[in-house]
Amino acid sequence: MTWLTWRQFRLPALSVFAALVLIGVVLGITGPELVGRTNFSDQDTMFGGTILVLYLLPAVIGVFWGVPMITRELESGTHSLVWNQTVTRKRWLATKLGFGLLAAMVAAGLLGWAVSWWASPIDTLAAAQTDRGMLSRIAPVVFGARGIVPIGYAAFALALGVAVGMLLKRTVAAMAVTLVVLAAVLLLVPNFVRPYLLPPQQMTIAIVGEDITNISGDETGAVQEIGVRNPAGAWVLANETIDPNGNVASPLPDFVQNCLPRPGGGPPERGGLEQCMAQLGAHGYQQRLTYQPGSRFWPLQWLELALFLAMTALLTWFSFRRVRHLS
Amino acid sequence: MTVLRAQGLGKKYKRNWALTGCSLEIEAGHVTGLVGPNGAGKSTLLNIASGMLEPTTGTIEVCGGVPGSGPDQLAKVGYVAQSTPVYTGLTIEEHLRLGAHLNPRWDDSLATKRVERLGLDPKQAAGKLSGGQRAQLALTLGIAKRPELLLLDEPVAALDPLARREFLQDLMESVAEHGLSVVMSSHLVNDLERVCDHLVVLVASEVRVMGDVDELLASHHRLSGPRREVDSLPADQHVISAKHTDRQTTVLVRTEAPILDPAWTVAQLGLEDLVLEYMSNPVATRPALEVLR
Repeated sequence: MTWLTWRQFRLPALSVFAALVLIGVVLGITGPELVGRTNFSDQDTMFGGTILVLYLLPAVIGVFWGVPMITRELESGTHSLVWNQTVTRKRWLATKLGFGLLAAMVAAGLLGWAVSWWASPIDTLAAAQTDRGMLSRIAPVVFGARGIVPIGYAAFALALGVAVGMLLKRTVAAMAVTLVVLAAVLLLVPNFVRPYLLPPQQMTIAIVGEDITNISGDETGAVQEIGVRNPAGAWVLANETIDPNGNVASPLPDFVQNCLPRPGGGPPERGGLEQCMAQLGAHGYQQRLTYQPGSRFWPLQWLELALFLAMTALLTWFSFRRVRHLS
Repeated sequence: MTVLRAQGLGKKYKRNWALTGCSLEIEAGHVTGLVGPNGAGKSTLLNIASGMLEPTTGTIEVCGGVPGSGPDQLAKVGYVAQSTPVYTGLTIEEHLRLGAHLNPRWDDSLATKRVERLGLDPKQAAGKLSGGQRAQLALTLGIAKRPELLLLDEPVAALDPLARREFLQDLMESVAEHGLSVVMSSHLVNDLERVCDHLVVLVASEVRVMGDVDELLASHHRLSGPRREVDSLPADQHVISAKHTDRQTTVLVRTEAPILDPAWTVAQLGLEDLVLEYMSNPVATRPALEVLR
């Protein structure tokens, strides 16, 4: 079974690994130049590109490795050829899934490692930032393109492609569904699951004018909220002003609405702003930050990897159940 | 020895039953033809026997085991699907390699010789083969696996008459050489007549008649004579079909005994006519069914 699986899988596998080698060469050439720099504003394209590649990889794995692994056999009828050799369906599926999962995890692991290495000078600088200028590696989009979670994404994508392929039995439809489901999961997990994998930390600080990083209002000009400096390298989930009772104050109370600079009214004066904020402090208002500190990067990575591997296991279990009833 | 035993076998696809209450036994050591009209359940039956499908109702035993139940069972049964699937991207050579890797009982010299004898280029991609060559390759995989029972689902349906004849001849030689049992389905009786020594006629999931081809031919007679009621025939003559015109009656009867009534003109039937008679007269002959073994 190993020989046949490799024979069928080698073309898609080698294509992806060839692309990875190419990416690796580019990273290997450009990476050393970043060491020791303090300004990476010219690296926006590469920075974004490396992240994009890491999100594309699971999509490619699910759609071009996982789905055809099953549907090509079902569509061409060769499943009835191979299932009538002296090989049980279970072994057939186990070999295919084993090959696929291994290749997917190795590919994603290598790419994740290469990109993490390439971006390490950028990440180090971002970890020291307290304003919103640079994305730290724990920030939602970057997080999925660093460390070990790409391994989980890739394994999940492959198992998803296989399971959907078994369910729909048609290549094109299964590819589309795999892509949609994968995209949905990769959007839902960072927004609704990852923040709570570990209970977020909170801190409440006095509002000081010079810490304010953003002021936003609605269309009538009423100020809805203000933000203050983040803990360095943290992933801030909420940056809220609370009243003396601990309730979120949005919009801000009337007495500051009048003294804050209006949108479009020219750059604010520092002195005026600080006086205004001093009023907030005097009335017992404070700023509350809910966040995952940067030090939780690795614990969160491991937890999310475990989550995706658990989902992979679930899909694999489903596939093994399903293969018995395929025809 | 029984190579295939089915009891009350049924298969339901979503809403439609493709096979209902099918019971039959097929003896080992024969080439058994499975004939019947489209939709009679031939393919479904073979698919269940090979383990490709799970029956919805009933039980089936093939070579003493449950179809598809494990490697031992899979080794005993060969199956070539109707579409004679092959991997289009793999060469013939690679198909043989596949067979060698996946079957512990694989007969490599048999496979190689067969491919050679068929004049196939081992380096050729299977996707570029003609329908006949593809069927031959699929059959080669089925035979070189050295099964006890080979199931062939309409193996020649897609072939032209010449390729069909070659395929069947070749199958016969292999069967004679390796002594395996074969069950093959077809809706063309002519094809089966050439190769099968046993016949099963399946109509609407029911075995209408089955038995040794020569015996079937010898025991069926077409009687024609002056018009009369079929009830007046001797008890040992089972009426398969009866046709009346104003003055004449034609009946098809099955009997082991000679026809003694001088009023009848007795004629023998060809296998095709015999099968067609059974297929087109599903009700009239029900009582005759069980006796026919």
